[in-house]
Amino acid sequence: MLTLTQAIRDAIVAHAKRDHPDEACGVVAGPEGGDRPERVVEMINAAGSPTFYEFDSGELLALYKQMWANDEEPVVIYHSHTATEAYPSRTDIGLASEPGAHYVLVSTREHGNSEGPVEFRSYSIIDGEVTEEEVRVTDTSTDAGTPAGEPAHQSTQHTNESE
Amino acid sequence: MAIEVRIPTILRTYTNGEKSVEASGSTLSDLIEDLEAKHPGLKDRLIENGDLRRFVNLYVNDEDVRFTGGLGTGLSDGDQVVVLPAVAGGSRD
Repeated sequence: MLTLTQAIRDAIVAHAKRDHPDEACGVVAGPEGGDRPERVVEMINAAGSPTFYEFDSGELLALYKQMWANDEEPVVIYHSHTATEAYPSRTDIGLASEPGAHYVLVSTREHGNSEGPVEFRSYSIIDGEVTEEEVRVTDTSTDAGTPAGEPAHQSTQHTNESE
Repeated sequence: MAIEVRIPTILRTYTNGEKSVEASGSTLSDLIEDLEAKHPGLKDRLIENGDLRRFVNLYVNDEDVRFTGGLGTGLSDGDQVVVLPAVAGGSRD
């Protein structure tokens, strides 16, 4: 199961709508081993394409170096499909290289750049095997599994949306 | 000549789970041969038909080797090599 805050879900959807009809892509980093997506990092789609995405190689290295420095990992790797359903394509499956990540797909085919609901689905992709998982959206990251008594980290750029 | 090589999660099955390993070589090509000797199977995940795999990124001191001479990129003691699989995909089948 993927658990994420409404603010993070909103940020991913906004990115996908903004970049439509090209595919949008990015990562939500979180503490290593915590399975808690916290920090949305929008990436440039170096392919600039409606049917393909690839992180820019320089940005990719900068992202990983920052995550290593912060003891983070890519909890979510997201991208959009702009004319097809939010299900991993053969290309997505063949190139998936983070077995521990939740692969989130958003489909903007219904409403494009406009307001309106999107398909938002999550999968694990391990050794070519796709498993869809439930997506649970919480109001704040406090509800996202932070042990009682510990301060919740709220480090996305959208902090007040649920207030 | 010791060069630190950062190994991505998906390739750590070849390095007993180690996040980084040491190897040596005066070029990237030599380094990969040395890696293969120490961690059999790794080379095939980096090289295809004698060239770097399309969806594997290799960096020497933060430079993508595609812009520094590919497998012929020269190495010196203390250099840092990072291996990162491309993050890519898309609806195109």
